[in-house]
Amino acid sequence: MSTRDTILGRARAALGDVPPAERPEEAPIPRGYRRSHADVPLVELFAERVADYRATVTVAPEHQAARTVGRLLADRGLTRAVVPDGFPDAWLPGGTFTRLGDAPPRTPAELDGIGAVLSTCAVAIAVTGTIVLDAGPGQGRRALTLLPDYHLCVVRAEQIAGDVPEAIALLDPTRPLTFVSGPSATSDIELDRVEGVHGPRTLDVIILTSTEEA
Amino acid sequence: MTGAMGARGVVFLGSPAFPDAARTALADDRLRANLRRATTTIRDKRLAATGELDDWEELRAAGEAIKRHTLRHLPYYLERLEESVTAAGGTVHWAADAAEANRIVTELIRATGATEILKIKSMATQEIGLNEALADAGVTACETDLAELIVQLGEDRPSHILVPAIHRNRGEIRDLFAAEMGHWGRPAPEGLTDEPAALAEAARLHLREKFLRAEVAVSGANFACADTGTVAVVESEGNGRMCLTLPETLITVMGIEKVLPAFTDLEVFLQLLPRSSTGERMNPYTSLWTGTTPGDGPSAFHLVLLDNGRTDTLADEVGRQALHCIRCSACLNVCPVYERTGGHAYGSVYPGPIGAVLTPQLVGVEHASSLPFASTLCGACYDACPVRINIPEVLTHLRAKAVEAKAGHRRLPTLEALAMKGATAVLVSPARLGLAQRAASLGGRLLSRRGRIGRLPGPFRGWSDTRDTPAPPAESFRAWWRANRAGGQR
Amino acid sequence: MRIALFITCFNDTLFPDTGRAVVTVLERLGHQVEFPEAQTCCGQMQFNTGYRPDAVPLVSGFARTFGGYDAVVTPSASCAGMVRDNHPVLAEQYGRRQLQQDVAELVPRVYEFTEFLTEVLKVEEVGAAFPRRVAYHPTCHSLRGLRLGDRPERLLRAVRGLELVELPRADSCCGFGGTFALKNADTSAAMLADKTAAITAVGAEVLCAADNSCLIHIGGGLSRQGSPVRTMHLAEILAATEGDRG
Repeated sequence: MSTRDTILGRARAALGDVPPAERPEEAPIPRGYRRSHADVPLVELFAERVADYRATVTVAPEHQAARTVGRLLADRGLTRAVVPDGFPDAWLPGGTFTRLGDAPPRTPAELDGIGAVLSTCAVAIAVTGTIVLDAGPGQGRRALTLLPDYHLCVVRAEQIAGDVPEAIALLDPTRPLTFVSGPSATSDIELDRVEGVHGPRTLDVIILTSTEEA
Repeated sequence: MTGAMGARGVVFLGSPAFPDAARTALADDRLRANLRRATTTIRDKRLAATGELDDWEELRAAGEAIKRHTLRHLPYYLERLEESVTAAGGTVHWAADAAEANRIVTELIRATGATEILKIKSMATQEIGLNEALADAGVTACETDLAELIVQLGEDRPSHILVPAIHRNRGEIRDLFAAEMGHWGRPAPEGLTDEPAALAEAARLHLREKFLRAEVAVSGANFACADTGTVAVVESEGNGRMCLTLPETLITVMGIEKVLPAFTDLEVFLQLLPRSSTGERMNPYTSLWTGTTPGDGPSAFHLVLLDNGRTDTLADEVGRQALHCIRCSACLNVCPVYERTGGHAYGSVYPGPIGAVLTPQLVGVEHASSLPFASTLCGACYDACPVRINIPEVLTHLRAKAVEAKAGHRRLPTLEALAMKGATAVLVSPARLGLAQRAASLGGRLLSRRGRIGRLPGPFRGWSDTRDTPAPPAESFRAWWRANRAGGQR
Repeated sequence: MRIALFITCFNDTLFPDTGRAVVTVLERLGHQVEFPEAQTCCGQMQFNTGYRPDAVPLVSGFARTFGGYDAVVTPSASCAGMVRDNHPVLAEQYGRRQLQQDVAELVPRVYEFTEFLTEVLKVEEVGAAFPRRVAYHPTCHSLRGLRLGDRPERLLRAVRGLELVELPRADSCCGFGGTFALKNADTSAAMLADKTAAITAVGAEVLCAADNSCLIHIGGGLSRQGSPVRTMHLAEILAATEGDRG
C-alpha cells in the first residue's frame, strides 16, 4: 500500500464518528462576519492605513501621475528604475529618468544592483493598507518587485477594495499573488516591530484619483 | 519528558518533565525579564488589532467552523488538493512520519545537486528535524527568518512558535551575530550595535548573497486551498518571498491539517492570523502560489503532505480540535505559565498552551505526560484563540488519558490515585465528610501557630514553601448549620 | 423560590464564614435558604486532575441532593463552573441516561453567588457597609469560565464606605489552579509573587474574590510575606454592616 493510501486510510478510520450522510462541500459555515469594515471613503482609509506601516502615501490626480512619480524618485535621489512591461508610459517622468526593462530577464544580482522598481498593482485593500500584486501588466514577475530596495507602487483609486473578503473575490488564484502591507519588517527582536529586513525597505505608494474627482 | 522519542521528532530528546524544566527557567532572571517584556508588548498589540473589528467573534466562529468541517472531511479535501496542485504543475508527496518526510526532501534536494539550501521558518520542518537530517546527508540548511537565524547561530532551541528567539534580548543577539555570522557566511559589520534596526541590517547583509545564488528552498505552509491548489505563506521580513521566488526548486512541507476547502476561505484566515499573531491589521508579506508559473519563480514545486501523528490526533473526538491551530501563537503570548517559564520548559517544538495539547497527541500522551498538567486552566488561551480551540477542555481530557496511561503501566496504583480514591470515598458520604472535617480541624490546629500552618513536608512542600495555610476552624459550616439553623428543616 | 446553598466541601471545611455570609445576605434580602445536608463535593479536583471516574459518584450525588430546588447558589465560581461545564461531560461519558437527564435539567438552575444576586434577584445594593480600601481579584473561573463580567464590582461599588481600587493586570491568573499549585509549585509561586506584588502596589487593605480557593493561595502568600493585607470572600464583604468591626 502506498503512503498516500495509508494516510488517507488512517484519516478515514479516525473519522468514524462523522455520519456518512454529512457531505463535504455542503459546509454549514456561519459567515456572519462583515464583507468590509471600511466606514470612511476608501482612498482616505487606504492612505491612512498604508501610512501606519511607515510607507509614504501620495494622493494625486491621474493627469499628474508622471510629475508625482518624478518628484518621489527625485526626493530619493533615484534616476533609474526597473519598469515592468505594461506600466503606463504616461505615468513615467521625463528628464533624466532611465527606464530599465526585464527582457531578457535580469539576474537576481542585477535587480539587486538596480535598487528601484516602479509597479502598478492588481488590487488594494483599504482596511488593511495592503497592495496585492498578481504579476500582471505593470507588475512583472515577482522578483522585480522584491529585490530592489525601493518600491514605488501606483494604485488607481478604483482598484481599492474595502476589506480582505472583497479583495479575495477579485483575485485570480491561478496567478502568483503577493500581498504587500508596508515595507519589510520584523518583530523578531523583543516582539518590537522594526522596518527593513529583506524585502524593499522603502515603499512609496501613489494613489491616482480620476481627473474629474480631483 | 519521560521516555525517548523515535521517528516523531516533536519532542526534544532528553527533555525533563515540565515542572523540573520550569524550575530551571524560573531561576533565570534575564529570561523572565525578556519574556515579560515581549509578552506584554504583544498582548496590548493583539487586543488593539482584534478590538478594531466589531465582528471578531463572528470571524472566530467562521474560522472554527471551517477548520472543524475540513477535518471532518479531511480525506476528501486532501485528494482535492492533490488533484489541484498536480494540475497546476506541482508534485505531491505523502509522508507518514518524520523519517519518511526527511527522506523525500533529502532525495529531492540530492536530485538537484545542491549542497546548501535556504529555509523559510516552518514548524513542520522543525517538527521532523529536517535540518539535522539534511546535515547527515551533507546538505547545509540555512535558516532565513531572523529569529530562526538567531536560534541557528546560537545552536539554541526555539522557544516560541512565532518568535523562536523570544528568550533572547537585543544585547544577546548582538553578541551572537558578532561572534557567529562569520562561520556561516558574511560576518556581521564592525561595530554592530544592539539597535534592532542595526541587527536587522546585519541579517539582511548576511543573507543577501545567499538569496541571490539560491537553487533550492524549503518552506512550510500556512494554508493550502483544496479547490485551486493555492499554497500560502504568511511572513514579515521578505525572506519568505526570496525563498519562494528566486530558487529553481521549491519544496514545501505541510501538515495535512493545513488544507482549507476553498481559496475564498482565505478571506477569514487572512483576517484572523495577522491580528492574532503579530497584532497587525496585515502582516507585511503574504505569498500565494498555485503550482508553477512559467517565467516567474521556481520551475519545480514539490508539496510534501505530512501525517506524523496527525491522523492519531484526528481519531480523538475531543482532542481533534487541536488540529485547528493556525500557529498564530496568541495562546503563548497570553498564557501566565508560558510568560514565567518560556518555551523551552515544554521540551517540544510546540510550546505553550497549544503545545500542551498538541504535543501529547502527536507523540502519544505517555511520552509527554506532564504537559497537560502545565496549566492552571485559566482559560486565557481559549479566549485568545482565533479558531476557538477550547484548550482547557482538551487539557482536562488529556489529563484523564495521562492518568489512565499511567495506571495501565503499573501493577500498583500511584499515591495520587490512592489519594483521589480516598477523597471520593470520604466525599460520597456527608457523614464521612463531617468526620474528616473534625479530624482536619484537630490536626490542623496541632500543626498551626496563631491560626496559620507553615512549612509542610511531602507533596505539600512546594505549596508550603511560599504560602501559609489557615488552620481549619473549630466548626465546619455544616456543624454550624446543624447547631443554628437546621431545626425544622430537612 | 426554594433556594439551596451549595457551600462546597472546601468552604464547608475551611471557610464556614463564607457560607454564613451567603445566608446572611440572602436572608437580609428576604429569602429563605436551605442547606441540604446530603451535599458534599462537585468533584472538581478529581476531574481537573484526570481522575474522571472518581468524580462520577459525586456528580450523581449532586444531582440527587439538589434536584428539587429552584435555585442552587454557591459562593465558588470554580465549583459553579465545574457543575455547569463538566457535570454534563461526565454524565455523558460515564452516566446512564437518567443521570444525563437529571444533570441537564439541574445545571441551568445552578448559580454562582454574585450571579444569583445580580441576574436572578436583580439586586446590586444589598445593604452592606464596609469602610475599607478593597481590591477585587477576578478569578479565572469567574472571569473567563462563568463570564461574570463586572457583576462582582457592581455589587462592591454599592457597598457603603467601600473604596474599590483596581488591580494592575487584574485578569491575570494568580497561579493556584488546584493541584497545579502542588504539581507545578515553582511556576505557581512565580505567578503568585506577581499577584501579591500587584496587590501590595495598590495599597489595598483587603483583597476579595468570588472563590476562596484562589484566596487561600493569595492569602497564604501574603501571610508568608508578612503583608497586612487581608483576604476575604466577596460574600463576607456583602454581609458586613455598620455594626461590624470589619
